Amino acid sequence: RLRVLFPLVPIFYAFLCLFILGAGDQGLFTSLYTSLAQQLPREPMEWRRTYGRAPKMIHLEANFVQFKEELLPKEGNKALLTFPFLHIYWTDCCDTETYKSSVKEDMMRWQNTLRSHSSADWVIIVVESNETKKKNKPNILPRSSIVDKIRSDFCNKQNDRCVVLSDPLKDSSRSLESWNALLLKLRTLLLMSFTKNLGRFEDDMRTLREKRTQPGWSFCEYFMVQEELAFVFEMLQQFEDALVQYDELDALFTQYVLNFGAGDTANWLGSFCAPVRNWSGLLLRRPIDMEKRDSIQRGEASLLDLRSYLFSRQCTLLIFLQRPWEVTQRALELLHNCVQELRLLEVSVIDGALDCWVFLSCLEVLHRIEGCCDPAQLAANCSHTVGLWAYATDKLKCLGELCGLVSKNGPTSEDLNRTVDLLAGLGDERPETGEFGLFLFYFFEPHFRFLHHLHMFLFLYFDFFSIGRLRSARLVGKSLAEFYMRKGDPVRAEPFMKEALKSYESEGWRLPVTHTRRQIAECQKLLGRTEDYLRTSALLAGDVNLSTEERKHFCQEILSFAGRSGNPSHKVSLCMNVFAQLTRLQFRPATASVHSGAVLQVELTLRCLMPVPVCIQQLAASIHFDVDHGGTHGRSKGATRQTNQGTIEFKPGTSSAGPNSSTTAGPTLEMDEIQDRSPSDNSLSSVGVVCKNTHLIIRRRENGSPPETPNCVSPPTVAMKEGGQMLKVQNVKLEPGNNSITFTAPPGTYTLRQLCATVGEVQFVLSPIYPSVRYEVYSQEPQLTVEPLSEPLLAGMPQLVKFTLLTGHYTVKKGDALQLSNTETMPILPSSSCTATLSIQSSEKVTSISLPPTLPYQVLEFQLEVLCIIPSGSERPANERLTNGEVRHRPHKDFRNKCYVHTMSIDCPWSIYSTLLALTFYIPFKTKHSLLSSGNRKYIQVCVQNVSDMNFTLTDMKLTEKQHSSLELQSLNTKTNQLLCSKHSVFCLWEVRWKDDLPSCLQCVFSANFCPLNQDASAFKPFHYQFQLERVTTLYSVRAEILPPPGEQHCRSGLVCGLEVCITRLTEPSEGEIAEDSKTDTDGLKNAKLMYEVADSSSNWAVCGKSSGMVLMPLKANATHKVQIEVMPLFAGHLPFPKIKVLKYLPHNAAAAIQPDPDSCVENDSLSLLDKTLDDQADTASIRSRGSIHSVGSSDQQQKGVAMPRLEPFSPGQVFNNSHSQQVLVLPTTDDHIMEVNAT
Amino acid sequence: MAVCIAVIAKENYPLYIRSVPSQNELKFHYTVHTSLDVVEEKVSAVGKSIGDQRELYLGLLYPTEDYKVYGYVTNSKVKFVIVVDSSNTSLRDNEIRSMFRKLHNSFTDVMCNPFYNPGDPIQSKAFNGIVSGMMVQTG
Repeated sequence: RLRVLFPLVPIFYAFLCLFILGAGDQGLFTSLYTSLAQQLPREPMEWRRTYGRAPKMIHLEANFVQFKEELLPKEGNKALLTFPFLHIYWTDCCDTETYKSSVKEDMMRWQNTLRSHSSADWVIIVVESNETKKKNKPNILPRSSIVDKIRSDFCNKQNDRCVVLSDPLKDSSRSLESWNALLLKLRTLLLMSFTKNLGRFEDDMRTLREKRTQPGWSFCEYFMVQEELAFVFEMLQQFEDALVQYDELDALFTQYVLNFGAGDTANWLGSFCAPVRNWSGLLLRRPIDMEKRDSIQRGEASLLDLRSYLFSRQCTLLIFLQRPWEVTQRALELLHNCVQELRLLEVSVIDGALDCWVFLSCLEVLHRIEGCCDPAQLAANCSHTVGLWAYATDKLKCLGELCGLVSKNGPTSEDLNRTVDLLAGLGDERPETGEFGLFLFYFFEPHFRFLHHLHMFLFLYFDFFSIGRLRSARLVGKSLAEFYMRKGDPVRAEPFMKEALKSYESEGWRLPVTHTRRQIAECQKLLGRTEDYLRTSALLAGDVNLSTEERKHFCQEILSFAGRSGNPSHKVSLCMNVFAQLTRLQFRPATASVHSGAVLQVELTLRCLMPVPVCIQQLAASIHFDVDHGGTHGRSKGATRQTNQGTIEFKPGTSSAGPNSSTTAGPTLEMDEIQDRSPSDNSLSSVGVVCKNTHLIIRRRENGSPPETPNCVSPPTVAMKEGGQMLKVQNVKLEPGNNSITFTAPPGTYTLRQLCATVGEVQFVLSPIYPSVRYEVYSQEPQLTVEPLSEPLLAGMPQLVKFTLLTGHYTVKKGDALQLSNTETMPILPSSSCTATLSIQSSEKVTSISLPPTLPYQVLEFQLEVLCIIPSGSERPANERLTNGEVRHRPHKDFRNKCYVHTMSIDCPWSIYSTLLALTFYIPFKTKHSLLSSGNRKYIQVCVQNVSDMNFTLTDMKLTEKQHSSLELQSLNTKTNQLLCSKHSVFCLWEVRWKDDLPSCLQCVFSANFCPLNQDASAFKPFHYQFQLERVTTLYSVRAEILPPPGEQHCRSGLVCGLEVCITRLTEPSEGEIAEDSKTDTDGLKNAKLMYEVADSSSNWAVCGKSSGMVLMPLKANATHKVQIEVMPLFAGHLPFPKIKVLKYLPHNAAAAIQPDPDSCVENDSLSLLDKTLDDQADTASIRSRGSIHSVGSSDQQQKGVAMPRLEPFSPGQVFNNSHSQQVLVLPTTDDHIMEVNAT
Repeated sequence: MAVCIAVIAKENYPLYIRSVPSQNELKFHYTVHTSLDVVEEKVSAVGKSIGDQRELYLGLLYPTEDYKVYGYVTNSKVKFVIVVDSSNTSLRDNEIRSMFRKLHNSFTDVMCNPFYNPGDPIQSKAFNGIVSGMMVQTG
């Protein structure tokens, strides 16, 4: 709510009502007026308005004045305020006589006067009282008759123009009623008259306004007319309507001024174009500035007078309307507008006069607003007042500058003259206007100026802050700082400037940044803050928004400081980005990884931002040793890391911002591959790429900061990290623009960290280089690798082996040699294919290879021929040990790969340790043997299969038996030289002949010579295969015969025929056999229990009845046993005989200790015969001990567990089946119509 | 007509600012920068009352003795500021509005350019042309 300071001062009290007191009690009438005037405005009346304007409730006040002829408005007088709206005639006449004689005449006269002034608003009030009635009792007349008479005489159609008031002084209900009726009547009539007259007035006013294009029309006159309307509205408390009148006037005037600007000049404007002589500002404390009003009325007002008056009226009304904030807004508009209008109208104003006027006006408005508001209200609405404050401040500043008040030397005489002129225009010191004029007066006094100035600024500064207009506040702060600077107080200026600079930097406004920074530089220079000043200077020197001269100046500032010989221990560190930008970093070679022998160059491209060439005493790049990558020799690692071909481009801004740049650029995409495989067969059904951090990337960034531009943002202060290694270049001249600087990198794995340019006392330091750049200069140990020239290496043949020597950091001197320990099984052959630079000397133990002198980081390759001798079966060399304790030779037998692994020990000149290298040789052959029998005759077959990819010639195939000299092995092989192609086999056969007895166990050695195809005989190498055959002797012969059914010549399918099996003992029992079996014998006879079994696996035969049985065979030569079995052929044709198996039957108490592996005699690989290791000797042991019953633990357990009669098959060769693969003809049954043909 | 036209990004840094060459460029920078205060004030005041349908045109931001500063905020919070000479009294509110609309359309074209990286200073010739058209010599 508004606190209205001054009481509402009504200037125009009420409607004018003229009255005539007729004959009667004068005192009574007079007493009635007072209560009438009081009671009339009590009740509101509805005011219906013309032109569709909304009706309003208004209170009517009236001013009752005794009628005088001169009070009636004259013809043409448009005044509304002095207009008599209602005429009243009072009478208490109740006597007809009196009425007729005098009253009527008086009334007639009054009426005529009114009519002559065309005033139709009148009323006649007849007061009746009991006293007058009583007084006139004798001559009784109906009291209504007087009223009736008056009505009939005067109100011929308007009966309501005559009102009766009865007993007004009494408290009876009747008198109260008539009193109220009178009031209502008066209000109605008054309002009616007002509406009518107002309408007429408005019409007249409009007519006048329409005439404005006519010559001689005066705005001032019109102004007075419309203002009258405004006054009336104000009187009716219709402030809104009153304000509208003033606004209309305002707009009309503005339009004229604008038209003037457009060349349409109105004559009456001439008075407003008069030179401004008074600039005392607005005057708002009086509701009406009559002085100005008078001057307007006289047509002597200046533009400022008119505007001031208009605004003061508007201000008053707005404050009535409780809209003080509109006042401030309008005030600002007005002030701006006035300045413009004066310019437009080309009114001559002395310099500074307008500034004075605006300044005083601002203060006046502010004062007025402060006067009607609470401090709390003011504080809450300071956004409205702040504009005025700013304007006033601005103007004050202008005045200060104009009058030389802010200059250090004080005002000049010219300034003082101007000041005097300005003071003159402030006008006479009226009590109302004096205050601010005086203030301004004092302002011009040298002692006061700063105080006030300062106060205003500060006040404004905080005002802006409190309403959140930070930017405006900082701008004000900056001008405050400028003021301080002028005053020579840089200490107080600096924080304001910094604040402003921070704001511009954070929002990326370059020009203000540059401007403010330049001011700061000045300030810092005054303060003697060398470091800060240099930093700012560097920024400014590289600022493209400045002129070259200025940039050169600031650059020179730095250089001159740098040239000063100061304290050498303290160097000023500045951020390099303001001085030069690292735009590119290039490695040569591009992998950024070289061995220590080569040269790695790092080329930096620096874009120098300075306007002039700058000599740099030293440019150093600090490097950081990477421990984790230091020792890995990570050649490949380094190479893969540098995917950018050794060139890193630094985008401007990113390098300076360092890790912050990632936040401005947003998070990087994190992509993942997804594969969808079907669960059944694991086949790929879909592949996709998924972004894992969409929520970060798509997230709306509300508080984004502007993109950082190198010159816009103050770089972070960086310090050169002490310690660490440096790449240095001395005395470089950096030209403006791109410069290329090359460093040579020291060995090691390093990350580039910082860059530092030193100019005298000044260091320019680049914050850690981002993205981090790493290079590697590595040192490599010599490396020797030996690998086969062709895969695989074959045993038994000379093979080429490639030696590769990477010399690494080692320089191979003359006389350096590789010492290879010789082994017997793998001799190194002097080979012709060796390069001529090598000289190989072999002694008994050592082969020495002299290396040619070689530089570091070279590759030396040569080939050697080695031979892996396939040891003959008999040899079993003991493990030999070298002098150094290493197992020198340990060929490892690998059953699966059929290979030997030879380990070579090489002594290298660069190391005290021997290098052990393993070579794997593969045997080219796979050998199988088998024993074949024909009755008592025995044959041995050896199959040699070539598993290699080479073709060989085999020769001198021999089979020897080692133990039995009586034994003769007769070769049945026709060829001595046999071609053995890759993946093919050769079969060799020998017949075993013996003289006395065939030994049950044969130790055979197969030997042959082989060489690759198409090589001469010297290349032949021996190959041995040792194997053992056991239980060779044929013990039984089995003969089977199919007997056709009786009466038939041939067997027929479906008919049972006989199978006669005849088992014959061929040999006398050997000693071992007797020993083995006799124990089981219960009687004296030496018998062996045999089990036979007829089984037909191919379903050709059906065995009828007993298919198996046991026979007791006497252990005697030619003992025969025959068995009859019934079988039935199921098909016709040549059917093979059913199979007859003969097995050894071992009773339950017999020790069926060992079942010899049936395969062991049939097939054995060559390796088993070769050098047996300890593992293998367990096998041999078991074989050897097979004669004993209790052999090994495992079979012992087996024996205990199974105490059942068991069957044991004979070894192949022990049973000879005569009828093996014999066939018999089976005829089909005669009545068999269906012939089944089996085609397979 | 206009003496200075500025496009200011959501983050309040200038995307484009051009002023009449005859006058002090720096002054306009300060003026436009300061006007952002009023823009923020107006936007936040409007935001409170009506949520969705906001008038983009902010009207007169603040007058100074010499200039009138008008504001316009797109839905993406990009601000347009037009500074008009105060002496140019013939300029109506509607004309200012249409200037802003034209500016907005041209700005939209710039944003539609696939080679324009949002957030970068505007260097479009077409946009420059439109602005030049609005900045007719004021004498």
